[in-house]
Amino acid sequence: MIKERRYLVLEDGAVYEGYPFGADKAAEGELVFNTAMTGAQEVITDLSYTDQIITFSYPLIGNTGVNIEDNESLKATARGVVVREACTDPSNFRTTDTLDTFLKRHDIPGISGIDTRSITRKLRDGGVMKAVITDETYHEDLIELLQHSSFRTDQVKRASTKNPYISTGTGPRVVLIDYGKKENIVRQLNALDCDVTVVPHDTTADEIIQMRPDGIMLSNGPGDPADIPDQVKTVKALLGIPLFGICLGHQILGIACGASTYKMKFGHRGSNHPVKNLATGKTEITSQNHGFSIDGASLVGTGLEVTHLALNDRTIEGLRHTEYPAFSVQFHPEAGAGPHDSEYLFDEFVKLMKQKEANHA
Amino acid sequence: MPKRQDIKTILVIGSGPIIIGQAAEFDYAGTQACLALKEEGYRVILVNSNPATIMTDKEIADVVYIEPLTPDFIARIIRKEQPDALLPTLGGQVGLNMAVELDRLGILEENGVELLGTRLESIKQAEDRDLFRQLMNQMEVPVPDSDIITTLEEAKTFQERVGYPFIVRPAFTMGGTGGGICHNDADLNEIVANGLKYSPVGQCLVEKSIAGFKEIEYEVMRDSNDNAIVVCNMENIDPVGIHTGDSIVVAPTQTLTDKEHQMLRDVSLNVIRELGIEGGCNVQLALDPHSFDYYIIEVNPRVSRSSALASKATGYPIAKLAAKIAIGMTLDEMINPVTGTSYAAFEPTLDYVVSKIPRFPFDKFEKGERKLGTQMKATGEVMAIGRTYEESLLKAIRSLEYGVHHLGLPNGDQFELDYINDMIKKQSDERLFYIGEALRRGVDKKTIHEWTKIDLFFLRKFEHIIEIEHELKENPGSLDHLKWAKTYGFSDKVIGHRWNMEEEEVFSIRRQEGIMPVYKMVDTCAAEFESNTPYFYGTYELENESVVSTREKIIVLGSGPIRIGQGVEFDYATVHAVWAIQEAGYEAIIVNNNPETVSTDFSISDKLYFEPLTHEDVMNIIELEQPKGVVVQFGGQTAINLADGLEEAGVKILGTSLDDLDRAEDRKRFEALLRDIDVPQPLGKTATNEQEALENAELIGYPVLVRPSYVLGGRAMEIVHSSGELKNYMRDAVKASPQHPVLIDRYLTGKEIEVDAISDGENVIIPGIMEHIERAGVHSGDSIAVYPPVTLSEAEIDTLKDYTVKLALGLKTIGLINIQFVIADGEVYVLEVNPRASRTVPFMSKITEVPMAALAMKAILGVNLKDTGHPMGLAPFQDGYHVKAPVFSFSKLKNVDITLGPEMKSTGEVMGKDMSLNKALYKALAASGLEVKDHGTVLFTVADKDKEEAVALAHRLSQCGFRIMATEGTGKALESRGISCITVDKVREKENSLLKDIQNGSVQIVINTMTKGKQVERDGFRIRRESVENGIPCLTSLDTARTLVEVIESMTFNMEKM
Repeated sequence: MIKERRYLVLEDGAVYEGYPFGADKAAEGELVFNTAMTGAQEVITDLSYTDQIITFSYPLIGNTGVNIEDNESLKATARGVVVREACTDPSNFRTTDTLDTFLKRHDIPGISGIDTRSITRKLRDGGVMKAVITDETYHEDLIELLQHSSFRTDQVKRASTKNPYISTGTGPRVVLIDYGKKENIVRQLNALDCDVTVVPHDTTADEIIQMRPDGIMLSNGPGDPADIPDQVKTVKALLGIPLFGICLGHQILGIACGASTYKMKFGHRGSNHPVKNLATGKTEITSQNHGFSIDGASLVGTGLEVTHLALNDRTIEGLRHTEYPAFSVQFHPEAGAGPHDSEYLFDEFVKLMKQKEANHA
Repeated sequence: MPKRQDIKTILVIGSGPIIIGQAAEFDYAGTQACLALKEEGYRVILVNSNPATIMTDKEIADVVYIEPLTPDFIARIIRKEQPDALLPTLGGQVGLNMAVELDRLGILEENGVELLGTRLESIKQAEDRDLFRQLMNQMEVPVPDSDIITTLEEAKTFQERVGYPFIVRPAFTMGGTGGGICHNDADLNEIVANGLKYSPVGQCLVEKSIAGFKEIEYEVMRDSNDNAIVVCNMENIDPVGIHTGDSIVVAPTQTLTDKEHQMLRDVSLNVIRELGIEGGCNVQLALDPHSFDYYIIEVNPRVSRSSALASKATGYPIAKLAAKIAIGMTLDEMINPVTGTSYAAFEPTLDYVVSKIPRFPFDKFEKGERKLGTQMKATGEVMAIGRTYEESLLKAIRSLEYGVHHLGLPNGDQFELDYINDMIKKQSDERLFYIGEALRRGVDKKTIHEWTKIDLFFLRKFEHIIEIEHELKENPGSLDHLKWAKTYGFSDKVIGHRWNMEEEEVFSIRRQEGIMPVYKMVDTCAAEFESNTPYFYGTYELENESVVSTREKIIVLGSGPIRIGQGVEFDYATVHAVWAIQEAGYEAIIVNNNPETVSTDFSISDKLYFEPLTHEDVMNIIELEQPKGVVVQFGGQTAINLADGLEEAGVKILGTSLDDLDRAEDRKRFEALLRDIDVPQPLGKTATNEQEALENAELIGYPVLVRPSYVLGGRAMEIVHSSGELKNYMRDAVKASPQHPVLIDRYLTGKEIEVDAISDGENVIIPGIMEHIERAGVHSGDSIAVYPPVTLSEAEIDTLKDYTVKLALGLKTIGLINIQFVIADGEVYVLEVNPRASRTVPFMSKITEVPMAALAMKAILGVNLKDTGHPMGLAPFQDGYHVKAPVFSFSKLKNVDITLGPEMKSTGEVMGKDMSLNKALYKALAASGLEVKDHGTVLFTVADKDKEEAVALAHRLSQCGFRIMATEGTGKALESRGISCITVDKVREKENSLLKDIQNGSVQIVINTMTKGKQVERDGFRIRRESVENGIPCLTSLDTARTLVEVIESMTFNMEKM
């Protein structure tokens, strides 16, 4: 039996008692939920969760522990992890660590023993809110503080690489603008022989053009796209070069073309989201992780057309520019964690780059 | 795509009787499918031979045929009804085989019937070993390498290709005789040589062994627009080597990383795309625990037991959506019926853990081979849901009703450790419990892992359960420990045991301290979308989602796992009770734990609690819901067993009072009642010890019928002919005590009659009377029953009616009552009375059109039966004949004796109906799988007491042109009466020529009756088993044999010389 206690305190005054694991510290963040049943390691190391406290709705987390191959970034930047049960004796042939030691190493506190379903229901009905993980037993002031604190807006800056680097390949040259990318985007591009140069989020359009890219990849990343107008401007200047945006990259492309975004009530986070591909009429099951979405009404006159729609709430999941060779999706075709149904998008990106090349030749 | 407009009428084929490997899950799937098709406006014609199902109710399909599932009979229905299409993938393997056969015979084409859903070519490609292998090779999906070899050299070549270990399976031997696993060259030389020798054709199948791999299942769906999704994945805790139906299964998978999961997901979806599946499909995979290597084991291109489990585990109604896919609809246009707000094209995500444990029949078949392997042996299963793995496992364990309540055996501390370890290694059905015992004794989980290959994740969880036990013991009364143990699924009973308290004490502490479960919704989406599904499970957490309505409610207790003696019939009654409650304006709440059934479809009741049927788990629900009362008379022994405890706890039991139930069960009180109402019964006494038993039997006179009190399905019931046999019985079969006396009755040889009735306490409705073909002594569940009775005089019928009314009113029955009578020497005696739903409720309801369960429920709710519009007393007999015949699963249970007796052995039933008795009997026999042949050889080997009757039968068969074969004694008796026969050697003489004759098909029917005596018993046993294993009808009751002879006579011509 675990004797120690830890608390999850919510902005709305709710306090959940649980057990400590991970780092021994308090942490504040935006409380979100993820419904995936596998891939907790990938989710925790996904930089899009920067400054967020992740609640896993599936109750047993860390059954397969953590391994050295499945990280989506080197340094996890989530603020905290909330689970029903954190497995202390993982079992899988690749396991190198428990979730507990992994979180300690990344200085992320966790809380277990929580009715995570009740939190999911709360966030579903009331929308995402701020929360604190703490060992303190007095919470009145904390709640007060939460209600008056505001979110930071510099997540992309902190999540992005500070220096450019190369992941070589023999195929098309891709410049990947890193807003907080998942490693799997690089792996997928490399798998198609792309020569990938990862550049910091604030790399200018001129600098990028000088690299003579065949294509530009706009990565996923954390935060509100409205907080990064400079990055949007850069993308605007790059239109004309084959371009593929994922998640935050998708939103940036949208705004660069004149569309706008809005904050969703509780976002899409999980590995089971159906998306309708309007070209094929088929449904793809996708991995998603976003709290903002492109406003459909704002697309008029932007030159963008909708290619993918969320089957359930009809929010925009994919865009393509009618004049420029640019397209983007709100979901994660690179998977890691999640299904591989939409991997074809990387092929399309490569095709787009080759087409452009052929047109030039 | 919208549904098809060019078809109007659809034929659905059900799965027939319940047998091992094909149980109630197809009633669930078929019912859903029929309702789904009707919902879309199609005219549905259903054919199924199993009357004990909801799907054969008139409300489920537009036209229902209860006819044998043979191509011949289905063809007749097709010709008569001219359906536009046939949906074959919802009736299990039987339904699928019928469709394939009807297609092969050209019947579908001839009548312009289109097959819906997955194309036939795809089905063949999935089911044919070679075609499937070809396809997998083409797709580069690995399948375990295999080959057919006839020499040692070929085996060596195979070994060089695939390496060790590999499996050797000699061709055409029963139960894998002579086979084995080769780990090295020495094994190879020995096992292959042996296998080649054992195989009558000198041939072995060699296959790369993947025993010990993780066994993973994917339940997938695909529509005509190529939308393909995974509904659920499941992990078998028992690795490859044990049939998945016999494995303990957990959903979702627990020990796979996302990489492994996505890899197997991709394979599963690629395979169903390549096959062109349109509907549901099950994909079984084997995954190496030490690498990403995997193999595809099997694909089932239809809904299955696993899909029923997946539906209940996720809430996602696979069969319903599969039916709609078959008529052209696509997943992205159908609403997810669970959420009502999102679409069906998505992958359910769970926020709980589901455990399934199979229910085995070895409490009935103690001599059966209990080692598990590739042949499924379980008759049913239980499922439980929890928020921790331990909770789901322990809840499932206490749902089994084996007398186990926890991870261990009731007398586990009495076993030697060596014995425990042996039992683990033996891979028997009780392995899980022995593992618990071993861990409790400190055996290292790594050692158990070596023996079993069960993943350390699960072994660690088992170990954790044992740790909690120890912590409880060290901290008696600690509320923190109590809470902790409850979150891991410990029952009050087990906690009480560790604390030296009664279960009730723990319960009252909990109630006082507010340590009560909350109920969470099963909603397919982990709460991401708001749902209104009334489907709940209990767990010890913060938030309760089960909102208690202000309506008056009634709780119906279900019947738990399907087992011998308690089959799908009780689910039928449960569902009808629920409907009647709803009709009367109450809220109907079901508690049940069987994932296969219709009653655990959340759309049946107002609220479904998927919970163990134990006192504690039911009381927790009652505490929350505060129902008007609880109904126990529809849920078989499972529900009845809970009644006393519930009443003691102050719960109102609706219907016949427990005191009256007791009057029917308690020998002395029952005798007093019979005296009062002047109904005779065979002379009988009770005994609480051996001495008393012997004295009483002497008084009554042998033969006597002996049995323990309070039983269902005739467990441990025997006909005893001498004091020696009685001594053995008292020592081996029962534990007699003053609380549990043994009943000793005079055994009357006579006609057995069964009557079901409904009473409101003042009025009695008797829908009908059934006459059994087999004389008293064969369990009623194993007898062929005929409606209306054929040999009874009007006076006898009047007496039966009179006694039935007297008994129903005398016992103050409110609800159902089932009575068994015997008529001997012109006198009617009552044998047994059960004031509750019986096995024959669905059969009788269907043939007499008296909705018995519904009327009974109305009576329970206080309705006067006179106000229901049904006439009181015995209903007029319906035209024609209706025959209910038992179906057995003996071929699947090695070492089980098939002789019929007072202990029930059948797993299911079928019905045959026609205008003449012989035609109805023919249909019933055909439906039960017995092919009635009009010529061939009949082997007689009967006990001395039966020789006279056997002579008559042999004569009649010989007149029909059958050749007669007999063992020595029987042969002499036949020849002495002028019946020419071939006399064969007894089993143990020479080269077992008799057994060879059975094996090589020289015998078409075996008629064998039990002889007492060790050697003959053993011989008889071998003859019976050999018949079963070679698919030859073996009749162990001369009454059944006589019926068969009559049917044969009615379909052949008499060959009498001039």
